[in-house]
Amino acid sequence: MPTILVANYGVGNLRSLRRGLERAGARAAIGLGPEELEAADGIVLPGVGAFRAAMEGLGAIREALMEQVEAGKPLLGICLGMQLLLSKSYENGVWDGLGLVRGEATKLPGSVKLPHMGWDEVIITRDSEIAEGIPSGALMYFAHSYAPELSDGSVEVAHTDYGRKFASIIERGNIFGTQFHPEKSGGPGIGLLRNFVSIVKR
Amino acid sequence: MLAKRIIPCLDVKDGKVVKGVKFENLRVEGDPVELASYYEESMADELVFLDITASKEKRKILIDVVEKVADVLTIPFTVGGGIGDLGMIQELLCAGADKVSLNTAAVRDPELIRVASDRFGSQCIVIAIDAKRAWGAPGRPRWEVYIEGGSKGTGLDAIEWAKRAEGLGAGEILLTSMDKDGTQEGYDIELTRAICEAVNLPVIASGGAGAPEHILEVFERGLADAALAASIFHRNIHPIMEVKRFLASRGIPVRM
Repeated sequence: MPTILVANYGVGNLRSLRRGLERAGARAAIGLGPEELEAADGIVLPGVGAFRAAMEGLGAIREALMEQVEAGKPLLGICLGMQLLLSKSYENGVWDGLGLVRGEATKLPGSVKLPHMGWDEVIITRDSEIAEGIPSGALMYFAHSYAPELSDGSVEVAHTDYGRKFASIIERGNIFGTQFHPEKSGGPGIGLLRNFVSIVKR
Repeated sequence: MLAKRIIPCLDVKDGKVVKGVKFENLRVEGDPVELASYYEESMADELVFLDITASKEKRKILIDVVEKVADVLTIPFTVGGGIGDLGMIQELLCAGADKVSLNTAAVRDPELIRVASDRFGSQCIVIAIDAKRAWGAPGRPRWEVYIEGGSKGTGLDAIEWAKRAEGLGAGEILLTSMDKDGTQEGYDIELTRAICEAVNLPVIASGGAGAPEHILEVFERGLADAALAASIFHRNIHPIMEVKRFLASRGIPVRM
């Protein structure tokens, strides 16, 4: 059984994610130490708190994280955790992200209610192991006001339309992200986590 | 398209669900964990747990319930009732709650909304507003905000308070009509619509649901994003899927 580390960079509900990963067939740990990063077979960046605080929280392990990911370790960013993968975010200021995926997190338009909260359609736009078995149009649970604008559209695996179209699942090599919360999206969400666990096992 | 949400509300006292929950096929009546699973299987989109435990010493029991519920659910849930400070919010989120709802404490200290949403993110800070119709100018209704479980008027105008909470960083509003609560005569459409038109936040309407038609009405005319109900689901008068099928037949996007 592979071990997946949930990076504990902030304060929030990590318990559901840990349980979700366990349900998906992994051993899940919560931590932030460089040794833990190294020991894990895969890493999840959860979605809790604000962008700037999250980047600060990751500060101490940033180097170690980049090293592991560049060496090919699978990484899944969820919600804010997906936005952290991008080059930049405009959440209450302008902040640099990890730059693992080229693009920016920008605020959704004010023409729709914010946060984007609840179950919305995920339209699959290309084949990817991370989305295997998930029907296009499946409903997943979202809770966010900022969303990615990708520089390279080929990274997009699925999109969602709320105020504007944004990538709701991404993949670049061993790096994956979802704007929704798979651990809160019932059966289809657990299916996605199971796909990530399969990728980690390989 | 974003689905309209159906949210059963469970009242919890000393770690047990109270208030008329009745299922014939359920072994442990009143067990929050079993009921949570039951509702998830019944296609609830989200759950709200309202802690009505009077004694603050029994907080540990609530935390224990939240942990156990979080372990079984794969849908989001909110915890509310007597949450007074940042420490309590943090404890509940870490125990596995996705959102917390603040009521009295936010009215007494509105800065709590700002600090909490800065630290934990707006998406997990729900502001619960208990509103009661008050005399306004002719043809212009107004509603007053009540606190402490609806026992104490504040003089605050519900619409103004909702706008202020939005400005301070609230992520959602859980709006209860005290006039309609418990009547099963339908939601307060006028109140719900007035709040929905005043803020750009998702609004959960609460109080008065007695039939699927009431839920349709609060979505279509009240403009609500989610509908919360207790007794019609607990007594299984109208199962969630029946309500959803009805809504879908009337063109409302729902998760089925």
